[in-house]
Amino acid sequence: MTDITVGTEIPPLTLPPISRYTLALFAGASGDHNPIHIDSDFAKASGMPDVFAHGMLSMAYLARLLTGWKAQSSIRKFSTRFATITQLQDVVTCSGTVVEIIEAQGETLARCEIKINNQNGVSTLVGEATVAL
Amino acid sequence: MLDKSKIGHQFDSFTTLVELGKLRFFAKATGETNPLYSNTEVAQAAGYAAVPIPPTYVFSLDLDSEELMPVVSVLGLDVGRVLHGAQEFEYFAPICVGDEITVTSTIKDIYDKKNGALDFVILENTYTNQQGVLAATTTSTLVQRN
Repeated sequence: MTDITVGTEIPPLTLPPISRYTLALFAGASGDHNPIHIDSDFAKASGMPDVFAHGMLSMAYLARLLTGWKAQSSIRKFSTRFATITQLQDVVTCSGTVVEIIEAQGETLARCEIKINNQNGVSTLVGEATVAL
Repeated sequence: MLDKSKIGHQFDSFTTLVELGKLRFFAKATGETNPLYSNTEVAQAAGYAAVPIPPTYVFSLDLDSEELMPVVSVLGLDVGRVLHGAQEFEYFAPICVGDEITVTSTIKDIYDKKNGALDFVILENTYTNQQGVLAATTTSTLVQRN
């Protein structure tokens, strides 16, 4: 039924550089209008070097990694820790690996470790997804 | 130090309508080109009642509340010092355009680390559709740098 096993890698997804335009669009579209992500003056007054990406923008990219691989209806759980701030002009790559196949509630599930690395190889998001096979 | 007596505080629940135009904007903003997330016919051919919300859009339903992030005023947070520490989703049923989703949010925990240098707030939310079906739950961790 499936050729997905422990060690199967999810096809990676690399995104264009994060720009101010990206952040402005995401602020409007997601409803997260926190000025720390779109107003440089506010960000600097808060002690940050500049605006930076919404954690949920990165997580939306990770969701694209998952739904580009398996149908959305098969995703049972999806979690991440926001490990490092994603800065302007960062180029991030989403990737994931199946680490366990489990049976639960009559379903076969793949537990996947998923992450986003920036262009320096630093992990910005680290998480896990459970997907029905 | 945040007010730990607010642990257990439940915010006023609210109901929001899932709209196609907003989902199309979200798809554009996240670079999503799969027509499942913007085209009703494609979504219905895939077995959905209408265009489904993508996995993390659940979080955006929170932001339709009358006050953006009411936890900020309840706990007196300073948004300039708050970071999103972690986010979890669990999915039970699809949420699609036309659904009316009732969001409830509770402060599950408040604690600090590094001798008070970091405050943590854990929020647990539920998302219930117009048929009373629990469609999703989330846990959000917010971190305030002091």
